[in-house]
Amino acid sequence: MNGFWEQFTFYALAVLVLGSALMVVTLRNIVHCAFFLIMAFLGVAGLFVLLYAEFIAGVQVLIYVGAITVLILFAIMLTQKVLGVRLKQNNTLSPLGVVAGVSFFALVGAITFGSAGNLFGVHGEPTIAPRITTIAESLLGNGSYVLPFEIASLLLLVAMVGAIVIAREKDQ
Amino acid sequence: MITVNHYVLLSAALFAIGIYGVVARRNAVGVLMCVELMLNAVNINMIAFARYVTPARVTGQVFAVFIITVAAAEVAIGLALVINLYRNMNKINVDEVNLMKW
Amino acid sequence: MTLTRIAQFIVGLLHLPQSAVDWLVALFVAVILLVFVLLSVLAIVYFLRKLLGKIQARLGPTRTGWKGWAQTAADALKLCIKEDIIPTRADRWIFTIAPIMVFVPAYMVYVVIPFGEGKHFVAKDLNIGILYIIAISSVNVIGIILAGWASDNKYSLLGGMRSAAQLISYEVPQALAILGPVMLAGSLSTQEIVLAQSGGIRHWFVFQSLPIVGFVIFLVASMAEVNHVPFDLPEGESELVSGFNVEYSGMKFAFFFLAEFAASFTVCALATTLFFGGWTSPFGSFLNYGWWTVGWFFLKSCALMFVLMWIRATYPRVRVDQLMEFGWKLLIPLALVNVAIIGLFVVLTTRRVP
Repeated sequence: MNGFWEQFTFYALAVLVLGSALMVVTLRNIVHCAFFLIMAFLGVAGLFVLLYAEFIAGVQVLIYVGAITVLILFAIMLTQKVLGVRLKQNNTLSPLGVVAGVSFFALVGAITFGSAGNLFGVHGEPTIAPRITTIAESLLGNGSYVLPFEIASLLLLVAMVGAIVIAREKDQ
Repeated sequence: MITVNHYVLLSAALFAIGIYGVVARRNAVGVLMCVELMLNAVNINMIAFARYVTPARVTGQVFAVFIITVAAAEVAIGLALVINLYRNMNKINVDEVNLMKW
Repeated sequence: MTLTRIAQFIVGLLHLPQSAVDWLVALFVAVILLVFVLLSVLAIVYFLRKLLGKIQARLGPTRTGWKGWAQTAADALKLCIKEDIIPTRADRWIFTIAPIMVFVPAYMVYVVIPFGEGKHFVAKDLNIGILYIIAISSVNVIGIILAGWASDNKYSLLGGMRSAAQLISYEVPQALAILGPVMLAGSLSTQEIVLAQSGGIRHWFVFQSLPIVGFVIFLVASMAEVNHVPFDLPEGESELVSGFNVEYSGMKFAFFFLAEFAASFTVCALATTLFFGGWTSPFGSFLNYGWWTVGWFFLKSCALMFVLMWIRATYPRVRVDQLMEFGWKLLIPLALVNVAIIGLFVVLTTRRVP
């Protein structure tokens, strides 16, 4: 992809992702926040496609948009008494939150534009054509991440059983 | 030209917005949504490094798979806790759920 | 290819930059797919009503147009000119966006379905084609939940939640059943999967390793995914007052309706691609080139669509607890066993790690 379209797509997706994230943290109606969260996830999936990671983009849409958002929407609907009531969404710590966020961003900005910033001054087309079997080989092939893979599946099992036990009705 | 620094700054901005959300939102489910934003920011960072620094062995993408897995597990448990909390105390406002405070 | 030449002509005519050729070709392909989806829904609804009539010993639509062919067009016109009502306390934006979130994924899946041979007949042969299909199909669950929520109606909310529970329960057996052909072909790209089945009817994936079981699991799980009839609990007219789309009228209802029929044709097209050899001809290399392959594809898809319509006419509706039990306790273990057996078969026969 030539330089102009790559820049245009990057900035467009960056605006989408950051704009949706700002909407998520400031809106009052929590179902609207969940909708903008979906937009943020789709924007991040677009960024993954731009970064030659189509497999991860597919996994992002499948898991984040298709499963985690559904869970969040179920939880919202099970824990709201009144439909769309307009309550203030900021608690007493919000100035502290602004300070924390801005200082984190300033820290990373300082690192990026400071002396350590140009360590990774690589840009342009990747020298190796990315193949989707590379990920599979890294996960399951020789001398790779097989053990974390198995532990992750065990973690998912534990989380599933734990969630069922915690959210169960009391009269069991 | 888009370098890795652009992606690092984008992911830092998203993470900062997530931090503000986690600290400043009232609804517990809202806090969990902002935690998901933070995890997505980390994912962008990982994939950007995988493309710019180690394009042959896509280490960052493998890490991203694990991060997505752990995020899914954590959201499941977190929402189960929130539902249980709502069932017991009938509210999920993080300011008012302070039974264990001295 | 002619589309590229049309795009070059327009770019030359309007003095646009040269990179606009790719965008114009993509736009043309998108418009062609949209027209195909709309026309196919028209045809499907007409044939459905005629077939239901024949099975139920009656005639179906006969008055509008010659032998009733204009019935669907009349229905579409009626839906377009109906008044668009939004309930007073409903959430306006989410109410409007929910039908879009249900229709657009159903239409986006057509990008990777291979209608024929070579690069001309696939909109874009992504190398993660199957993952794209599964990922995009899981977005319409959100549309249904938001539709149920935004209608400000208890029955609608209950219908939406039930439908969401049904959809997420049957996504797992569907994905596991799709995994079988992916392992047999060794690729996620749909065109590769079809090419791995070329060479005649004995190479089709429905007859390999564990015959028929994977196909049956896929068909049942996909029928539950598109709210097709034995599983149409969320939207049957006698169930919860038509479920999550009770407050929708006019074009928004038309979106839900279009999405359901487009998705059921997608299921047939996908089953053809994964299990029945896609566009390859069953006789090996007889008539296996050019537009004949498109003909084979449509023949197989329409045969499957006929089977789905036949099931629609025959089976009663499944109750919600029976549905959940069937999905979790029967289909998922069966699908897992299917994946294990197909994996074993692939390792033993081709010495290739699946």
